[in-house]
Amino acid sequence: MEKVKQQGLSILFQVGGLILALLFVTLILVVIDTNPLDVFRLIWEGATGSMTRITNIFVVWAPLVLVTCGLLVTFTAGLWNIGIEGQITLGAIFATGIIRMFLDTSVPPAFVILISIMGGMVGGAIWAALPGILKTYGGVNEIFGGLGLNFIATALNIGLIFGAWSRPGVASMSGTEPFPPAYALPTLPSYNLSWYSIILAVISLVIIFFLLQGTHLGLRLKAIGKRMKSAYRLGIPTRKYMMLSFIICGLFAGLTGALQVVAVYHRLIPSISSGYGYLGLMIAMLINYQAIWIAPIALFFAALNISGIQLPIVLKLDSSLTGVLQGSLVLFILLMQGVKQRVLGKK
Amino acid sequence: MSGEMILLGLAGIIEAGAPILIAAIGETLSERAGVTNLSLNGLIILSGMMGFWAALTTDSIVLGFLAGMLVGALVAAIVAFSSITLKQSQVAVGFILAITCADLAYFLGNPIMGAQAPIMFASPIPLLRDIPIIGTLFFQHSVMTYFSLVLIGLSWFWISKTRPGLMLRGIGEQPAAAYVRGANVIRLRYIYTILGGALVGLAGPLYTLSVKAGWKGTITGLDGIGWIVLAITIFGGWDPIRVAFGAYLFAFLQWLGLILQSTLTFIPSQVLQVAPFPLMILALLFVNLGNTEWVERILARLPDKLRIQIKKIIRATQSRPPAALGTPFEKE
Repeated sequence: MEKVKQQGLSILFQVGGLILALLFVTLILVVIDTNPLDVFRLIWEGATGSMTRITNIFVVWAPLVLVTCGLLVTFTAGLWNIGIEGQITLGAIFATGIIRMFLDTSVPPAFVILISIMGGMVGGAIWAALPGILKTYGGVNEIFGGLGLNFIATALNIGLIFGAWSRPGVASMSGTEPFPPAYALPTLPSYNLSWYSIILAVISLVIIFFLLQGTHLGLRLKAIGKRMKSAYRLGIPTRKYMMLSFIICGLFAGLTGALQVVAVYHRLIPSISSGYGYLGLMIAMLINYQAIWIAPIALFFAALNISGIQLPIVLKLDSSLTGVLQGSLVLFILLMQGVKQRVLGKK
Repeated sequence: MSGEMILLGLAGIIEAGAPILIAAIGETLSERAGVTNLSLNGLIILSGMMGFWAALTTDSIVLGFLAGMLVGALVAAIVAFSSITLKQSQVAVGFILAITCADLAYFLGNPIMGAQAPIMFASPIPLLRDIPIIGTLFFQHSVMTYFSLVLIGLSWFWISKTRPGLMLRGIGEQPAAAYVRGANVIRLRYIYTILGGALVGLAGPLYTLSVKAGWKGTITGLDGIGWIVLAITIFGGWDPIRVAFGAYLFAFLQWLGLILQSTLTFIPSQVLQVAPFPLMILALLFVNLGNTEWVERILARLPDKLRIQIKKIIRATQSRPPAALGTPFEKE
């Protein structure tokens, strides 16, 4: 009974956070002299208006689920893997590089896609290992190591698009030359959504849920995340497990990046990571690092992303409004959590 | 290169380093009190946009800077409230604000992209400007650059030579002890976090109204600066003088990058634009390496004399954060 009451209170405070976030965004819209109802209606219609839009939501959902899965591993170990954006980018770069190598060979395209995805995972893992090494052996906080590497990854990506891998004729922000259709994962007829991405996302959800709930590795990572010193005294090699959690997260990020290439864009584009890494960090905070909530919250965030595309077209508003909405949602729910703890006098 | 050009280059570094310097000293004050304001990247973008907007609509540069300070103080107040009063993770709240403030800036700033706001000009100081060398270096700048120079000395004096400064160090190092000696830890942390945020909020308008004049949305060129400022605060070991050294070193390297860009045209400009970030990582590695376990282990094997020498060097370069940085204060 007591537990039910507790949960009820939790939900009450979360709904309070949601309402505050909506009020905040409404206030902003009123200040800039826009009718908030028009905006909210457009966001709703923008997400559900047509079958194309609904499938597009799942095009965003799959990578969001994948990165959040990876991030839960680093969060469990108490690490802030802000470098995830760069890890996605490196995954995409590795995947693109591998496909380019095999383009004019007789290797079957299906096999090329497979190894490009695996290569992308390796690329993500390498880029994730770097902040791990910097942290464990160099004493550099993973937030700064990761951020620096994000900017470097972006530069590398743009350097390739405008340099070594530039389109014949004229290099442009539209990315590299698109690959022949044989090198793309099949999509639903006349839509942009590939079943493979969805399947991989669901498999990842299952893996992460069980990894963190019931395995030795998950428990050890938790021990490290909760209190480093006791974990160390218990004989858990802290550094090794930290590196491992970075690498696992990097594998997921690399997979995300590779899928962005083989399942969504079929080429390398400048903003290949699409900010999904940062969004994944937000989702992880919002769900309080509990794997079971990844799927629904990622769906909600993906829907907001898709509906945001309509804002500039219909209302001449910048689509960054959806970012404001997502960010204030996470912020207010976090604040309400603090208020709850203060009111109930719990730690 | 002639002497005249070197002198102008150095004067330019003092000018271009001013926003980073002011922001890094603001963050230093906040972190010295025990609160990391990780939102800086978004805060600087938002204050830059709001400052630009305020200057544009009122035609007053002063109001532009005040708007920037207000934005900085408000964002810092959210960080302070959530971490000091609600005891939530400073990293989480700071990161959310870093992202959300930037989005808010791009959203609200969309209609004024490319508009012409007033620009702050240099106001050379009469008489002093004519002193050879020193006049060119220090006395032909804008008001905000003079402020940044004064701020170095002022903040250093405040932190290390005054009683309130001693209190500030106390609440960041040993809040419980400072509390016993009568410091109102919670109120002081609020004050320094908000004051620090207000100083950081000057950096945005200093860019959009002077150093990188204009608001151009996502390509204004402010993205990343907040992270650099946070790194410089660490590199500077939470000491205003060393922080100033870090800020000017950064400005110097940026200037060097610009020169290299014009001579080495085969390097794509995007590559040189991110050059600060590997440097940031190396700088942090440099000041933190001495703290790591394996370096200690290697040192332990060296002969005593050599070890003491090396330890001295490490102690001079390494940076150690305020002991209570990031932890909430509980009255027992």
